[in-house]
Amino acid sequence: MNKNFVLCGVGGQGTVLASRVLAQAAMARGDFARTAETIGMAQRGGSVISHVRIGDGVQSAIVPAGGADMLIAFEPGEAVRSLGYLKKDGICVVSSSAVQPVTAALTGSRLDADEMINYLKSKLKKVIVVDTESICKKCGSPKVMNVALLGAAAASGEAGFTAEEIENVLYSKLPAKVLDMNREALRLGAQAD
Amino acid sequence: MKELLMGNEAIAVGALAAGVNIVCGYPGTPSSEVIDTIAKRKPEGVYVEWSVNEKTAMEVAAGAAYSGSRTLVTMKQMGLNVCADPLMCVNYIGVKGGLVVLTADDPGPISSQTEQDSRHFGKYAYIPVLDPSTPEQAFRMVQDAFELSEKIGTPVILRPTTRVCHNCASIDVPELKSPGKPSGFVKSSRWVIFPKLAYDAKSKLFERETRLSDMLSEYGENEVSGSGKIGVACGGVSCAYTKDAIAELGENFKLFSVATPYPFPEKLALEFLSGLEKVIVFEELDPVIEDALITVCGKYNLNVKIFGKRTGDTIHAGENSQMKIKSELVKFADLKCEDEAADFSDAPALPARPPILCAGCPHRASFYAVKQAMKGKKAVFCGDIGCYTLGNAMPLDMVDTCLCMGASVSVPQGMYHSGNDAVHFGFIGDSTFFHSGITNVINAVYNQAEEVVIILDNSTTAMTGHQPHPGIGKTMMGDVSEKVSIEKILTAIGVTSVRVVDPLCLKSAINAVKEAAEEHGVRCIIFRSPCVALFKPKKRLMVNSDKCKSCMKCVKELGCPAISTKDGKAFIDDSLCNGCGICAEVCPFGAFEEVQC
Repeated sequence: MNKNFVLCGVGGQGTVLASRVLAQAAMARGDFARTAETIGMAQRGGSVISHVRIGDGVQSAIVPAGGADMLIAFEPGEAVRSLGYLKKDGICVVSSSAVQPVTAALTGSRLDADEMINYLKSKLKKVIVVDTESICKKCGSPKVMNVALLGAAAASGEAGFTAEEIENVLYSKLPAKVLDMNREALRLGAQAD
Repeated sequence: MKELLMGNEAIAVGALAAGVNIVCGYPGTPSSEVIDTIAKRKPEGVYVEWSVNEKTAMEVAAGAAYSGSRTLVTMKQMGLNVCADPLMCVNYIGVKGGLVVLTADDPGPISSQTEQDSRHFGKYAYIPVLDPSTPEQAFRMVQDAFELSEKIGTPVILRPTTRVCHNCASIDVPELKSPGKPSGFVKSSRWVIFPKLAYDAKSKLFERETRLSDMLSEYGENEVSGSGKIGVACGGVSCAYTKDAIAELGENFKLFSVATPYPFPEKLALEFLSGLEKVIVFEELDPVIEDALITVCGKYNLNVKIFGKRTGDTIHAGENSQMKIKSELVKFADLKCEDEAADFSDAPALPARPPILCAGCPHRASFYAVKQAMKGKKAVFCGDIGCYTLGNAMPLDMVDTCLCMGASVSVPQGMYHSGNDAVHFGFIGDSTFFHSGITNVINAVYNQAEEVVIILDNSTTAMTGHQPHPGIGKTMMGDVSEKVSIEKILTAIGVTSVRVVDPLCLKSAINAVKEAAEEHGVRCIIFRSPCVALFKPKKRLMVNSDKCKSCMKCVKELGCPAISTKDGKAFIDDSLCNGCGICAEVCPFGAFEEVQC
């Protein structure tokens, strides 16, 4: 299976872990995987992008423009910013919570999540909106957002991986005390549509 | 077992598989994870350290390699400048154990001051350079680099770039065994650099270039493939983009993947150039492969035109990509390409989201305190290299100069001696102070400069991933060492005005700056408060909207990512707030209230 994913969000939201989990789920099946993440000074509160490419035959980890089967966006404004990566018939999984950039606050403006999501819906064949704020509240931690989004991606049936495959990777990557919380986030994320 | 390894992890594991004995270096994006990984995965018998700077690291590495240790020294490209002195000399002297110099270049640049190309340094210093294009190739090449270094008896440079260092790939990780015991240092005149030795060494280095070039023409990672009248040459990560672009186009080109830009594999280049009409070169940073091919064409009088940066056909700065290379190839080979990109030009306007200081970062409080203390007074703020370079962003706007590691302390001295009528401030982090700040403070004291040195001590090397340093008292071997005290150093080198202040107590921080600004000579303030990324917050803040009078002082003066506006009032995103509480100190109406976590 050849699949390209782009994950985008704001530094600190957990995009790096999410892209590694995706790649490891593919590797557990015996597929080759590559990822590329934003690391270092560029990540502090800034726009971040992770690339995941699954399958043999590609040399570079960076998904070319128009090459992603799925865009998993941790923030609706960042989803719009990264739309160019998506294939014409690609689908988008997006968090409904906006993270307000300091540059917006300074000018007294506000990034409007609904405006962003409506734009996505007007342009794409399928947009799955995940209410990550309420999932994180139910699970008791803002850190489970990444897993909730992966749950929604898996449930779409178009990512090429199942929630069980994600869960198996989480077992090997996360400490026992946060596992239940993340399994719950995965389950709740899968209910989004 | 197959693992998903980042390029830097692959380099570390490859070095351990090659039996490396000693690893040292100084953190710098994109190189830092190599040493972090060595420390995590090393078998018994491997020594690893974060050195105080790259020059020290290179000298530690030289001593280790003189003693027969297989040695790896790591840094980013800016760090290669810092250790240029010992590296130039150690190449003349030679080594006994293999010495691999990992210098990670940063096209873009994404996290650096310059876009310099370390491949030039190899040529300049007569040191072979291996240039991997993927994490898996870097894994193989670091092992080849040790073999080559021991074969020729001098250091070898491994030069990955950001997209090799930070990209991950599935890699088969071997079982790691303890390395062999180094043979030890044996006294000999060969270890003492003198003009006679340098003269002889220089001749040998020059003469071996051709020999090495022939040898590297046979090296498996240098590769000529494909066919046709149009040639494409590439190096580093651009090889990966080029191969993907060619596969996407489905066209045939003769491809030359250059893994050793210095010495350039001339014989293989001749094989590549044979039968070609024209060649386009894809490489990031400088036209190194392009120039080497032009030289070969000139030397052998070949009628092949070389296109690239010098002809304006490829990018001069920044990163390559599959898309850029594809469109440059389409133009170069006069191909038809029916790409129809989706149109998102009607997207709603998006505010920029540049990197910023984290919510609760103590540096924000330090900058704010200095800004308030110097309000209405003439002051110059010289910055340095670290997270706190982000103090340049609005609304703090507290970085007037930024040059290189340690320069925050020395640049103000030149301004002072030029007669500038202002209070000169230098802002330097704790790790940077140990790296190259101390000698600059000594210079200020000795040469009677006037400046206020602000040491932003967050007890870690935060920007590169929280590496320990001499002020922390922990080493990469897991030992506890004596903490080196910044205030004791300052006192010992003759600074009479030293204050240690918690920047999160804004009032005392502002007072300390006001007092120091009135004094003369070299004054130092250590703003000490730990990096927020290392601790779980005990409290958070929230806005009592009844008390908020919408003055927006918090938003306009602090630039904290946790604070925004909502329905005309200040608003705190509780998932981002780290509870530093300076918003509560800044608010004139007491609208910020603490909530225990």
